[in-house]
Amino acid sequence: MAAAPGMVVIGAGQGGLQVAESLRAEGWDGPLTLIGEEPQAPYHRPPLSKAMLTGAMDEAQIAIRGHEFFGKHGIELLTGLRVASIDRAARRVALSDGRILPYRGVALATGARGRPLPVPGAELEGVLSLRTLADAQRLRAALEGAERVVVIGGGFIGLEVAAVARKMGREVTVLEAADRLLARSATPFLADVFAGLHRAHGVTVDLGAKVVELEGRDGRVAAVCTADGGRHPADVVVVGIGIIPNAELAAASGIACDGGVVVDDCGRTDDPAIVAVGDCTVRRGAYGVLRLESVQNAVEMGKSAAAALLGRERPFTAAPWFWSDQYDVKLQIVGLSAGHDQIVVRGEPAERRFSAFYFRDGALLAIDSLNRPQDHMLGRKLLDRKAPLTPEQAEDPAFPLASLTR
Amino acid sequence: MAKITFIEHSGERLVVNIPVGWTVMQGAVQNGVEGIEAECGGSCACATCHCYVDEAFVDALPAPSETEEAMLECTAAERLPNSRLSCQLKVSEALDGLVLRLPEAQS
Ligand SMILES: Cc1cc2nc3c(=O)[nH]c(=O)nc-3n(C[C@H](O)[C@H](O)[C@H](O)COP(=O)(O)OP(=O)(O)OC[C@H]3O[C@@H](n4cnc5c(N)ncnc54)[C@H](O)[C@@H]3O)c2cc1C
Ligand code: FES
Repeated sequence: MAAAPGMVVIGAGQGGLQVAESLRAEGWDGPLTLIGEEPQAPYHRPPLSKAMLTGAMDEAQIAIRGHEFFGKHGIELLTGLRVASIDRAARRVALSDGRILPYRGVALATGARGRPLPVPGAELEGVLSLRTLADAQRLRAALEGAERVVVIGGGFIGLEVAAVARKMGREVTVLEAADRLLARSATPFLADVFAGLHRAHGVTVDLGAKVVELEGRDGRVAAVCTADGGRHPADVVVVGIGIIPNAELAAASGIACDGGVVVDDCGRTDDPAIVAVGDCTVRRGAYGVLRLESVQNAVEMGKSAAAALLGRERPFTAAPWFWSDQYDVKLQIVGLSAGHDQIVVRGEPAERRFSAFYFRDGALLAIDSLNRPQDHMLGRKLLDRKAPLTPEQAEDPAFPLASLTR
Repeated sequence: MAKITFIEHSGERLVVNIPVGWTVMQGAVQNGVEGIEAECGGSCACATCHCYVDEAFVDALPAPSETEEAMLECTAAERLPNSRLSCQLKVSEALDGLVLRLPEAQS
């Protein structure tokens, strides 16, 4: 007998788990299946480039929810299986083991994968990337035995790996093709601060360094060659040059995609029975077009999309936030700084304990905080309430930000 | 191992054995304590692992770091003198018998 059509969540990561959790919290009591390709139950990815790499944390500590959670809430968790196709006319999904599941609603939470390095030698042993727990375990083992580590790509993940490798005492070089670090995700101002931070810790940071080839010896990587003729010897090469959203499944079933599954602020795709969340999406809504890769985005979109599957309107319009831990610096970003025409600094930049406030036409757009978590948390409230903070107030250490959030 | 008691906002009590070296948050989440969300996975970046420490234990715990202190200012439920972020509490034998109450809301 065929099962009654239920809710099917495709992808058992941060976003998929949140959709399942929120569907139950919103009162859905029908069948609920959460399907993930990885062998593990949903786990936190941020520690993969932080405490997991140093060995300070192990696999058992990063599961987002314990085993009994799924049974208790009637969530059927299927791991080690992929959804092969979605038949929207018949409202069925096909799994990699041949199973067919009828659905009433589908949530796509398929995440993203690392962009492959398009140069000769990229397949050599010792060339690694970091997206999954399995990747982190491989990278950790490789770093143990390495002397020289070259990180290709100066984005957040690459820089976090560089910080860990440096802490382990490895010789570390970061090669970035653009003329600054964090080109896709942060302001030039912040990029300079992070270049300074890494150099102060003894990392070689090469900007404008276009990798053209990885040189091997006996099948193992030996050096990274750049367009300017540079040759950087390496035992381990970490590739962190951005991600590709896993949108193929959606695209193959005819759902609108444009560099990700296209959704609105409620997580709705162009099929009323299908929502999408997290890294696999591109969102068109209150902030224009957004392609975010963050925990908050996966969690908040997950809550909105679960509501949408049940026909409720719960748009995600809070200011985006993100964090990164490198050395003893906790960076926290809130808001979107694109288009800013003024930056003011609050705190002590020399001690890397400050916040940069970004304004356009005198209105607050975003805040980058280094070791100033209070500014960041108050900043979330300031932005969400569109509080009338002026640049003068932001800069004045005596001005209490909290006075505008009450 | 340390035996730690969680009292959910509903009043439900859960007694959990948590390995030394784990955080209280990890032990709670892995053992079905539901009043802790722990959105950031223990990075001290979300303040959704807020708990109230039983008065008898407040002084036995190491003082909060500056970051924890700041994040505590922004919890969804009221911050009290015995408020802590459970992801910043490392389990040691000394925490055996600890009792924690969970707030009504984390986000
Ligand atoms: C190393 C690392 C460090 C990070 N650090 C931070 C940080 O400090 N702060 C922050 O805010 N964010 C950080 N992020 C980003 C954050 O973890 C992601 O944005 C978040 O995990 C996205 O969640 P998701 O559910 O969209 O995707 P994922 O968590 O990637 O989950 C998608 C899952 O779907 C599965 N899947 C894909 N296709 C199928 C299919 N057809 N069938 C079944 N399953 C499928 C995948 O195998 C995967 O398990 C980090 C990410 C990484 C990789
Ligand atoms: S889990 Fe996020 S602050 Fe504790």
